Amino acid sequence: MITTSSLPLSDRLLALVLRLCGGLAALVLGGIVTVLLVRALPFLVSEGAGIWKSTWQPGQGEYGMAPMIAGSLFVSVLALLLAAPVAILLAAWLRYFAPRLRRPVLAGVELMAGIPSVVYGLWGMLVLVPWINQWVPPGASWLAGSLVLALMIVPLALLVTDAALGQLPLRYQRAGEALALSRVGMLRRVLLPRAAPAIVGGVVLQFGRALGETMAVLMVCGNVVQWPDSVFAPVRTLTANIALEMAYATGDHRVALFASGLLLIAVTGVLLMASWRLRGMSHG
Amino acid sequence: MADRVAWLAGLVLLALVMVPVVLMVTALWQQSADVLSAGFLLEDPGRAGRSGGIAALLISTAWILGLCLMVAVPLGLGCALYLSESLPADSRRAQWLGGVLDMLAAVPSIVYGLFGYQFFAITLGLGFSILSGALALSLMVLPLMIRSAEQAMRAVPMGYRQARDALALSRWGWVRRILLPCAAPGIAVGIILSAGRALAETAVLLFTAGYVLRRPDSLFDSGRTLSVHIYDLAMNVPGGMPRAAATAVVLVGLLVILNLLVRRVLRQPMTEALV
Repeated sequence: MITTSSLPLSDRLLALVLRLCGGLAALVLGGIVTVLLVRALPFLVSEGAGIWKSTWQPGQGEYGMAPMIAGSLFVSVLALLLAAPVAILLAAWLRYFAPRLRRPVLAGVELMAGIPSVVYGLWGMLVLVPWINQWVPPGASWLAGSLVLALMIVPLALLVTDAALGQLPLRYQRAGEALALSRVGMLRRVLLPRAAPAIVGGVVLQFGRALGETMAVLMVCGNVVQWPDSVFAPVRTLTANIALEMAYATGDHRVALFASGLLLIAVTGVLLMASWRLRGMSHG
Repeated sequence: MADRVAWLAGLVLLALVMVPVVLMVTALWQQSADVLSAGFLLEDPGRAGRSGGIAALLISTAWILGLCLMVAVPLGLGCALYLSESLPADSRRAQWLGGVLDMLAAVPSIVYGLFGYQFFAITLGLGFSILSGALALSLMVLPLMIRSAEQAMRAVPMGYRQARDALALSRWGWVRRILLPCAAPGIAVGIILSAGRALAETAVLLFTAGYVLRRPDSLFDSGRTLSVHIYDLAMNVPGGMPRAAATAVVLVGLLVILNLLVRRVLRQPMTEALV
């Protein structure tokens, strides 16, 4: 190994610049957390307990976020319950039952994953909400949000599952064939259980994405701050609340929105760590 | 027997995913049929977007996208080089930095919007401007840019690195003459993916780049991107639906073109760029 002092100047400069760039990524994350903390911390110290209450009346100084936290969770959980089984089974089916369809479907699914969330939201407003409205008014609801989110989650969950199955050793399949196991039995007893940690890890990550999704949910959920009494009731999520009220919020109201941003980042952080654990990755 | 049932079940699942997508495309097409024309791309919007086209928005979008990439690509390349060249893949610091990147990728986009508003618009005094929006957006696409460039760089064959060491090439010469040309297709894919992500984004821009419909005169003017336009027309402008759908068709069209570009670049073998 050559010692640093003997390297030409350009190389030493390069090493320095690269180190700075590497530090920058850490700086961005640190900066985001710091800015949110600086804005929200005094408020959290003085009114922290208040955010867990049920009344959101910024005009009267009441900043209870519980119904919106619940709204975020409800919409995301239902979306995941709808999307995950479809995505996992479809990925397995494409790999082991219809390998000839796999490439074209994955290409289409990649395209789906790139469609902007506003476009999914627009589709929800144009088609889904009127359709649910015919059935049970008002249409813009928890269910509409979950259905749109589910459609957005399926492509990513499918790609993650496909990658997880692709990493299984080929000998499992060969052994199964040699034993003349049925493909369904093989999947159920061997392949899916083996890939389960990676699949679940990927799905947990999608849950984080669903919680953080703003536009699509904002456009189809109805945005009423309330505890939903059925899947057909309108709800407002934390993210939608930020997008709706940031434009005119001032003072404590604005600070409360920063506090909800902090909450979102904390929850996604926890989910990410859970996902690392499940996928057996370690990070420092 | 079980296998045959599974075949059918799979087809049903596939239909379950594909039918909504087909419905989405037809709904957008029907809504926008009366509006879409060459004029739609060339005219400026009028009456809060209810009439006219999207020329001003295409200009704002191009500015924001261009600036965003001008910031994100060099920084992303630097960080990717640091990860792939200065650090062994299994070192503590590489793992730690990887964790930071995963976290950045997982941060909800609305939080980037909050941060961009507070830091770029207020603290740095850039206000609601193309510059604030582009900077916030560049931070959001940074992890994607870094990860794809890093992958492309790590894929450069080990033999090249051994040859480099045997010839005692300078690091700078190695990076400029061999590593970057070899990794160029992968880096191009990273740039295209980042551009796609940036084009699709709305929440980051709502309170950084703002809503203004006019053509921007400078980087310090507010400007509205296509995606923000779709949101505003659909939610806040009565009678805006047809033009929201038409804008969505244009935006999705752009993204499909980017997607095809990625496919095209990826098909090219890595070594071809060397010659």
